[in-house]
Amino acid sequence: MKIVVLVKHVPDPDATWSFAPDLTLDRAAVEGRLSELDEYAVEQAVRLVEGGLDAEVTCLTVGPPAAADGLRKALAMGADAAVHVVDDAIHGSDALSTSLVLAAALERTGFDLVLTGMGSTDAEMSVMPAMVADRLGVPQATFAGELAVVDGTVTIKRETETAVEHVSADLPAVVSVTDRTGESRYPAFRAIMLAKKKPVATWSLADLSVDAERVGLAASATRVVGTETAPPRPAGVLVTDDGTGASQLAEFLAARGLL
Amino acid sequence: MPEVLVLVERTPGGVRKASLELLTAARRLGDPSAVLFGPPDPELVAALGAYGATRVYAVAGEEPEQFLAVPKAEALVALAGRVQPVAILVSSGQEGKDVAARVAVRLDSGILTDAVDVALAGQTVRATQPVFSGTRLVTSEVVRGTPVVALRPSAVEAVPAAVDPVVEPVEMEFSESARGARVTDRTPKGSTSGRPELTDAEVVVAGGRGVGSSEGFAVVEQLADALGAAVGATRAVTDLAWVDHDLQIGQTGRTVAPSLYVAAGVSGSIQHRAGMQSSKTVVAVNTDPNAAIFSVADFGVVGDLHQVLPALTQEILARRG
Repeated sequence: MKIVVLVKHVPDPDATWSFAPDLTLDRAAVEGRLSELDEYAVEQAVRLVEGGLDAEVTCLTVGPPAAADGLRKALAMGADAAVHVVDDAIHGSDALSTSLVLAAALERTGFDLVLTGMGSTDAEMSVMPAMVADRLGVPQATFAGELAVVDGTVTIKRETETAVEHVSADLPAVVSVTDRTGESRYPAFRAIMLAKKKPVATWSLADLSVDAERVGLAASATRVVGTETAPPRPAGVLVTDDGTGASQLAEFLAARGLL
Repeated sequence: MPEVLVLVERTPGGVRKASLELLTAARRLGDPSAVLFGPPDPELVAALGAYGATRVYAVAGEEPEQFLAVPKAEALVALAGRVQPVAILVSSGQEGKDVAARVAVRLDSGILTDAVDVALAGQTVRATQPVFSGTRLVTSEVVRGTPVVALRPSAVEAVPAAVDPVVEPVEMEFSESARGARVTDRTPKGSTSGRPELTDAEVVVAGGRGVGSSEGFAVVEQLADALGAAVGATRAVTDLAWVDHDLQIGQTGRTVAPSLYVAAGVSGSIQHRAGMQSSKTVVAVNTDPNAAIFSVADFGVVGDLHQVLPALTQEILARRG
């Protein structure tokens, strides 16, 4: 069977981010990395194969040329092949357009199971699994804390705001995983070297027959009208506990009407 | 006034507080219409009416409970086609986002998630979202389709505005593909500890690595109970299994925005702050005067939480008599 892992190359979460003149995130100004949250998905794909599932693992990304670094990391973690959809027209695409491109790429790769992280560490929308699933006409099982694939069915356990759920979906399906699924591996030097020899296909929008008019900033269904610096929290009071810390804290809470 | 469709999330005893916040926010855009799945119990309808739902669409059928996201998305899409709402509001959480994502694709409509504010500017729906770890705010408008907005719990205060809702039953023919992801088992939460649900709680007491041990969490829980609060934790703590993973607050856990956030032994990593920095008042107790949590705290105590928390609990219990 075929597992495709959707991964995103994101700006280093510990760096200071800024807006480009077109009010998109300035990706060129910051070092990038494979999104930590997608590493859990790569890890699960590799573990499924290590656990005996007969599957080929392809990782797929949509992004600028630098995103190839993220694919190399996923290959070093154990994926077999990679696909990079790169096209200048994609810059500034919203979630709807991105899902359109991902779905077109998935139709070309073929898939039984699509895995991805619970969200990206940059946009943090967490909508891509459901959007891609909807475009492909397949079920999605999101925010999996555990998953298993048996006899053409994927089963997951997940925790929502209101319940703990077990969910079962026939393949093909899209599954997103949380950090709960298990620590992702740190590729050894040998794996990093081997990854350099693995195939990375580069596809354009034309290769996918996606109309460039349907993607990019101009096609976005939302438009940024303004940005502002979040009002900083007024500097707080800091006291060192000399035995009265608790009562000072209680006074503070009482003064704010919080007790 | 045009209608605003609001996806209501039920709890075992009623509806989520987040759903009442959505109704409150929806009133700024038009007439709130609650979309309720399952039987429209009179108490439920009254609760929705108390927060301004002029209409309650009661969608019949077992599918929305038995299958993930798609049946609810199909119902919202069908209703949207019928009533041409000014916007569709959902809670910015797991179910809300899954449903909203499918609705946005099917209606080819702009979607804004993690909104902390929503308003009408002329005829256009605008929402404000925190970005860059909450350091910047971006205001965007939806320029195509029916705006789909996922509003973060606790971002807007639920304010009553009682009306008598019209209840309209909705019969849906769900598609075959709506039955793709079957819920084989569901255990509702929140009934065991007796504490409020974390995401919707007014007060949260969170413990970090500084709590020291699983047993040490007792001081956190006692303070939480004195305050009627939910208990939360950092990722370090849930990774160490001192408390249940579901209590994790932060980028990969829950996002909370309570009136009061008490951080005990929490260093305040950027990932943790992402999940709590919209809290109205933040107080922190930590032995390290340089802990990052103090940079977002309105009141900080440099000290041992195992001294300060029990003393604070006693003080609160004494004040409340």
